[in-house]
Amino acid sequence: MTTATDTPPRAGAAAPAVRRRSARRRLVPYWLLLPGVLWLLVFFALPMVYQASTSVQTGSLEEGFRVTWHFPTYWEALRDYHPQFAKTLLYAGTATLLCLLLGYPLAYLIAFRAGRWRHVLLVLVIAPFFTSFLIRTLAWKTILADGGAVVGALDALHVLDVTGRLGWTEGDRVLATPLAVICGLTYNFLPFMILPLYTSLERIDGRLHEAARDLYASPAATFRKVTLPLSMPGVVSGTLLTFIPASGDYVNAELLGSTDTKMIGNVIQGQFLRVLDYPTAAALSFLLMAVVLVTVTVYIRRAGTEDLV
Amino acid sequence: MTDTPTGGDVRLTGISKTYGSFTAVHPLDLTVPEGSFFALLGASGCGKTTTLRMIAGLEEPTTGTVLLGDRDVTDLPPHKRPVNTVFQSYALFPHLDVHENIAFGLRRRGVRSVRRQVDEMLELVQLGDKARHRPHQLSGGQQQRVAVARALINHPRVLLLDEPLGALDLKLRRRMQLELKRIQTEVGITFVHVTHDQEEAMTMADTVAVMNAGRVEQMGAPAELYDNPRTTFVANFLGTSNLIEAEVVEVGADVVATAGGGTLRLPADRCPAPVRAGGRLLVGIRPEKITLAHADDADAIPSGRNRTAGRIADTSFIGVSTQYAVDGPAGTGLQVYEQNIERDPRLVPGAEVVLHWNPAHTFGLDAAQDVEAGAPTVEGAA
Amino acid sequence: MPNWIRRNLVVLAGLLTLVYLTLPNVVVLVFSFNRPDGRFNYTWRRFSADAWKDPCGVPDLCGALALSLQLAAWATLGATVLGTMIAFALVRYRFRARGAVNALIFLPMSMPEVVMAASLLTLFLNMGAELGFWTVLIAHVMFCLSFVVVAVKARVTAMDPRLEEAARDLYAGPVQTFLRVTLPIAAPGIAAGALLAFALSFDDFVITNFNAGSAVTFPMFVWGSAQRGTPVQINVVGTAMFAVAVLAVVAGQLLTARRKRAEEHH
Repeated sequence: MTTATDTPPRAGAAAPAVRRRSARRRLVPYWLLLPGVLWLLVFFALPMVYQASTSVQTGSLEEGFRVTWHFPTYWEALRDYHPQFAKTLLYAGTATLLCLLLGYPLAYLIAFRAGRWRHVLLVLVIAPFFTSFLIRTLAWKTILADGGAVVGALDALHVLDVTGRLGWTEGDRVLATPLAVICGLTYNFLPFMILPLYTSLERIDGRLHEAARDLYASPAATFRKVTLPLSMPGVVSGTLLTFIPASGDYVNAELLGSTDTKMIGNVIQGQFLRVLDYPTAAALSFLLMAVVLVTVTVYIRRAGTEDLV
Repeated sequence: MTDTPTGGDVRLTGISKTYGSFTAVHPLDLTVPEGSFFALLGASGCGKTTTLRMIAGLEEPTTGTVLLGDRDVTDLPPHKRPVNTVFQSYALFPHLDVHENIAFGLRRRGVRSVRRQVDEMLELVQLGDKARHRPHQLSGGQQQRVAVARALINHPRVLLLDEPLGALDLKLRRRMQLELKRIQTEVGITFVHVTHDQEEAMTMADTVAVMNAGRVEQMGAPAELYDNPRTTFVANFLGTSNLIEAEVVEVGADVVATAGGGTLRLPADRCPAPVRAGGRLLVGIRPEKITLAHADDADAIPSGRNRTAGRIADTSFIGVSTQYAVDGPAGTGLQVYEQNIERDPRLVPGAEVVLHWNPAHTFGLDAAQDVEAGAPTVEGAA
Repeated sequence: MPNWIRRNLVVLAGLLTLVYLTLPNVVVLVFSFNRPDGRFNYTWRRFSADAWKDPCGVPDLCGALALSLQLAAWATLGATVLGTMIAFALVRYRFRARGAVNALIFLPMSMPEVVMAASLLTLFLNMGAELGFWTVLIAHVMFCLSFVVVAVKARVTAMDPRLEEAARDLYAGPVQTFLRVTLPIAAPGIAAGALLAFALSFDDFVITNFNAGSAVTFPMFVWGSAQRGTPVQINVVGTAMFAVAVLAVVAGQLLTARRKRAEEHH
């Protein structure tokens, strides 16, 4: 297969010089990549380096900051703000779980049961995006208002008793409690769960359901043994697309929560934009990145899905 | 096959293509005479498409030159070569309608008024009423004809066809084969046609080159290739052959060999070059050239015919013919196709039979080759 | 549980989720017709169309809106051009450092926004850059780029490379091939990427908030008003954007449907 040495078939096959691709052509991809990659290197990768350096600096605004390899900043940040870290993981994790529980039925409905309404439902899922998310988040202040219909209904259904015992609500208030923050997070990132779920469900060949039913699987068994495993890529990318932004969010905690519901995003924002303690802010930001990366890596290992993009 | 090189020949000299350590095409010389319908036939991965793409300029040859007439076009990019291609699965531009697809080449060369030429082309391929349709609105056969029209309108020196009928169902394939042949006769342009379908190649082409593993195994007119294959690959890939291992006993105007205790004769000019007494030889015969006689009638077989005995192992009824598989001392699974004219009811599995045929239809092959080369296998049924 | 409910349980659950998703938009719409008593527009008082008659009646609101639109337009242009180039390089060419480039595209999409926002601010502070329109634009192009790459890549990957070969075979040079064949066929992917970039840029708050200095975009205006008092005009703008977008989608659907029908009748 690999040699051309034996039998040049006919006369005149004396091999001329081997041709090479022109150098200009080989450079084309690099020219195409250059501006965009440069942009990302300078405005995404380089800032990470600057931030890493800032996190080990000491000094003050007046005298300026210098790199002193002051690693204790990290321990101090953890010591002072570990409750906010814990809350971040709790709120973002709960919101992700809720997104999955709420999003799966809707994605399933659109993929398999919607018929000719499929496009309408998809538009309804995406359309809210067109109103600024801050305005929509503020609307939850109205929906969850004290003494409003929603709170009244939750109270009548004794939901507030349960959440109250969990420490998620206080008395008959929902606004300015952890529940309100989780509710806002769930709402804001729900479409990021539904769309990948829908994409992976929609790819499933309908005949697989029929084959499972034909092979003595009940509807529930069909779902557990066929539909759910085949939709796992959607579940994995959906949970990541929800959890990662939720863990860095500070808008919901700020608008719907109270001083007791601050997440790590709020702390970073405050340190950077109000307190102006840049080393602590940079260290917190790095810690958040590390926590997210570790959580995500462990999760991907567990879920065993490699192809995410 | 070309004694007088005229202006429109396609000549490949020493052309080859390697990708890293893999050689797709070994150094190859090929001349396609002007105005001929030339087929490159082979299984997938044999290098036929690569060869075609080197003629089109879509692939740069590693070595060698491509000549159109007397002009060396090896270093010309595809858009500067007077060559056009009908691509596999057609590659019609989805964003343009049929008219604009066909006009594409003319417009790129700065032709202003294309209307008349496009209309003529649409007539030639019988698609006059589809000018404003988008490709996805056409059937497979119609798309195929648009692809042909889009290439032919440029009056190329050579039209290259890369598996042009591969995406069509069997009936449509047969019709399009005749259609393409008609168009070729009408326009008189050289066609170079790549296919893995041996029937297609033999139906359409004046000359067929059989390729295998980056080399041309044999080249010639279809009947010539079929009746006188030079390698086991050609013998098996082009139709079906019975190949019987034999020992040569005598070499003269005829070669005489023995196999399974019987004697087989064949003309010496239908044997590969070095045949000597005592050497080995593969004796080949096509299944339809064999006549089957029940052992009881063996005496009625005229003398001078090659014969070998056996027992029917299996029969299958095809309609126009019946196919028999016969096991005997000369070989197992020998194939015999008998026309269903006067069927002998005694020819059932288990029956003792004699196979006989005209020595002139026999061919000899070098015994050092793989007997199974080119035969269809279960995995890669071609 | 009656059989009917059991069989349609998933439909009911899905529709409930849909209500959860769309309820805030309904509230925004309804409260755009409210006349609140105080500075905040959270409780219903009386019907009034005043805000619709005078959407720019609040100081700075329309200026912020204009700034956001301008930013989104430029960011879309920049991200689309750069992202499309990268997508073509990734799909069409083999080159070294491909894995590194892929990682560089993927990372910004998998990073909490606040981390990117904070680190970019660190860079600008260190360089002594003046925060404002340009720093925000740089940031927007940066985070929109990856999404454009993904959208365009999907389309270009699905494109038959033989189409370009066919064009070259039919006497189109490299430039002609790109303009006449590649670009028209890749256009839907590029358009999708551009739309996504526009939406992301227009609605971005976190990164903008960190890097805007004294410039105020529309999301920043809303954020500020949550502290100072929410004018009804915010709801008017939100509802109007929603209506325009939905109308555009419906119109697009109708157009394609009609064109399809027209083609079938042909």
